[in-house]
Amino acid sequence: MSAQAPGKPGPKKPGLALWLPLMLFAGFVVLVIYGLSRNANTDVVSAFIGKPLPAFDLPPASDDRPGLATADFTKGKPRLLNVFASWCVPCAVEAPQLAALAAKGVEIDGVAIRDRKQDLAQFLAQNGNPFARIGRDDLSQVQLAIGSSGVPETFVIDGRGVIRYQHIGDIRPEDVPIILRKLAEAGA
Amino acid sequence: MIAELGLAMLWIAAALAALQLVAGCLALTPKGGLFMGLVRPVAIAQGVLVAGAFAALIWLFLSTDLSVKLVAGNSHAAKPWIFKLAATWGNHEGSMLMWVTIMSIGGGVVALVEKRLREETLVATLAGQAFVSLGFYAFLLLASNPFQRLPEPAAEGQGLNPLLQDIGLAFHPPTLYVGYVGLSIAFSFAIGALVTRDVGPAFARAMRPWVLGAWIFLTLGITAGSYWAYYTLGWGGWWFWDPVENASLMPWLAATALLHSCSVLASRGALKAWTVMLGVVAFSMSMVGTFLVRSGILTSVHAFAVDPTRGSFILALLAIYIGGALTLFALRANTVTEGARFSFVSREASLVFNNVMLCGILGIVLIGTLYPLLTEAMGVKVSVGPPYFNPVSAFFAIPMFLIMAVGPLLRWRDDKAARITWAVAVPAFLAAAALLGIVIFAPAVSVLSALGLALAPALALASLMPLRGRNLRRTPLPIYGGVLAHLGIAVALFGMASESAFSTEKLAAMNPGDVQQVGPYAITLKGIDPVAGPNWTALEATLAASYEGAAPIILRPQARTFSNPPGNRTESALSTRWNGQLYLVLGEEAADGRWQMRLWWKPFAPLIWYGGVLIALGGLLALVGRVARDVKRLVATDKIAFRRTAQGR
Repeated sequence: MSAQAPGKPGPKKPGLALWLPLMLFAGFVVLVIYGLSRNANTDVVSAFIGKPLPAFDLPPASDDRPGLATADFTKGKPRLLNVFASWCVPCAVEAPQLAALAAKGVEIDGVAIRDRKQDLAQFLAQNGNPFARIGRDDLSQVQLAIGSSGVPETFVIDGRGVIRYQHIGDIRPEDVPIILRKLAEAGA
Repeated sequence: MIAELGLAMLWIAAALAALQLVAGCLALTPKGGLFMGLVRPVAIAQGVLVAGAFAALIWLFLSTDLSVKLVAGNSHAAKPWIFKLAATWGNHEGSMLMWVTIMSIGGGVVALVEKRLREETLVATLAGQAFVSLGFYAFLLLASNPFQRLPEPAAEGQGLNPLLQDIGLAFHPPTLYVGYVGLSIAFSFAIGALVTRDVGPAFARAMRPWVLGAWIFLTLGITAGSYWAYYTLGWGGWWFWDPVENASLMPWLAATALLHSCSVLASRGALKAWTVMLGVVAFSMSMVGTFLVRSGILTSVHAFAVDPTRGSFILALLAIYIGGALTLFALRANTVTEGARFSFVSREASLVFNNVMLCGILGIVLIGTLYPLLTEAMGVKVSVGPPYFNPVSAFFAIPMFLIMAVGPLLRWRDDKAARITWAVAVPAFLAAAALLGIVIFAPAVSVLSALGLALAPALALASLMPLRGRNLRRTPLPIYGGVLAHLGIAVALFGMASESAFSTEKLAAMNPGDVQQVGPYAITLKGIDPVAGPNWTALEATLAASYEGAAPIILRPQARTFSNPPGNRTESALSTRWNGQLYLVLGEEAADGRWQMRLWWKPFAPLIWYGGVLIALGGLLALVGRVARDVKRLVATDKIAFRRTAQGR
């Protein structure tokens, strides 16, 4: 045991190294202050917001609606792009909200993911068909290209074909005003 | 009434903490002897009051008092009592109160029982503890009052975050919290010892039980968190090097290093500055961890706990406490004598080596965690994952495992390598044979897995070696604790290596009636049915799994869709055997109506978590042994003191 008397100075060592932990910590603080200032005013948004839609031209997914191409979104008026599928339960849940949006004059296009014609027809017959066009995306290619990872998702596209807003998950009644506002902003 | 009582107790406790700090500082001045006697009782009173405030909050939650904002926002009358209890800390305000409670009770207990330290050092420690608590009191009382009333009582509560309505997850955060906050006591001891330049064996002995206790909780918290991620995320992985996982791993690494350097200081009076440094670093890592979780500065799967404003507040506390402690360290560390010398072959040297390796791992985890932020500051977005962490941490871990096998066999101060030749040769031979066997029979196994598989049995054997030649009934509990903890490391290592080397994965599209073989299991899809829960709907697959032709067992993985907040979650189905685990996940319906299933057979994977539990159990044995010895000594000194006073009369 070597219980040293307290306060007795030990052998002299280079004192500078002892400041190293403090300097490293100061570096850490500077780094996270930068990180905080960056995070403070951004919701976690998709990297695709503000980007133009990728070029695509999807064949029709149903018999009574045309297919969907990038050119359909560059006609000057904002539109909704709804990524959905007949096999997706929340897609049926959001149908009344889509219908309400359509009733307010919103133009909605759909991309049906990995779907079959007869299933889709049945789904639209049951839940209503708010779509102007429905493109058929059997390999999720367009879905992935616009940064959507699941169904349903809804995008606000302005009149020049630029993605302005992404809504992930089903549209609940309380989300309708938000989407209407985003549409209005996109049209401005 | 209860809420007001709780709030009042909290305010008084905060005032007492301020008094504790001031009295502690005055007591250390040349003429401050008057205040010396004040600090202990104030610390005890503060602990009691905060415990009362926390009890009041628990009471409010158990009785579902909906006039309290926090209860109305986070609980519901119809919940089972255990979730009402868990809701107490399943929110920001409650968890902060819990943080302060653990901290103050810890301080109170130190004030009550700690008799070995010089009184000045103890007073400085308690003043340090009060200083750290005050920041959190301020946060609690000024920015997140848990007892705030609603103007009108709510008709019904809003319930707990559905994610937290899982019995494991309800207790996982507080377990980690106890670990994080427990390290604050070690931090305060380090501050106290630096202030009075009193870094010695007594300081290490006083600090050790607190480090051990915190470390046990951290170990359990990490193990439970890893298992939770494994079965709910449905990716089949058990560790993702996610920032939040790293945030809990870093204090654990620091605490592990601290635990070992503490024992060098306690037994040999060496490694003084290093131990103090680790005492500061361990709690600093806890605060950094909490900060990373709460501030949203790094994106992670735990994003539900994020709030940037509170992040700034925690950062301010961080800067004051860690910056202050490191400044104190820089000013005082070179006045701390280094103490007893030791030779290159000795217990101390092996512990120093492993301390350096642990800190190496800590460093690479910290760098890896912050790296995305660093590069983003330079305009590049990167994410750092297993390809970085696994090999780089193994670079430090493998030498550490080797020394871990040898170190406990060495004597303190100076030893001859020849003395332990046999005790080392047998495990070394075992490892070499195992490695050869793997190279011959399973050449496809990756280098890291092969090393892990070869080292684990050797390490298990080596971890038992310290018991060799001992009288097992007279061996002190802390020795058993060390043996068990090292054995746990070996067990977990084997599980990790086996999981990564031998897992079989199968992605299959199945129709009802189809059979798939994965590992030793034949899996039959019986059917897919919709099921509904309180706030989710799900598709549930019914599968019959037969192990090598035995009678099948039924497993039901689900794909859940939550309505509010919207989200999808998989519920994997697991079946555990002694030699591995079957892991089934239901995927999506494929275009042709078949169902995508992910099937895994993971040989010996459960050993990962059994190992974690063993490690914690080892810590518990050591803690019980140490505390029992301390209590014995305390009783003995009290008896002597009592006799002396009796004789004096």
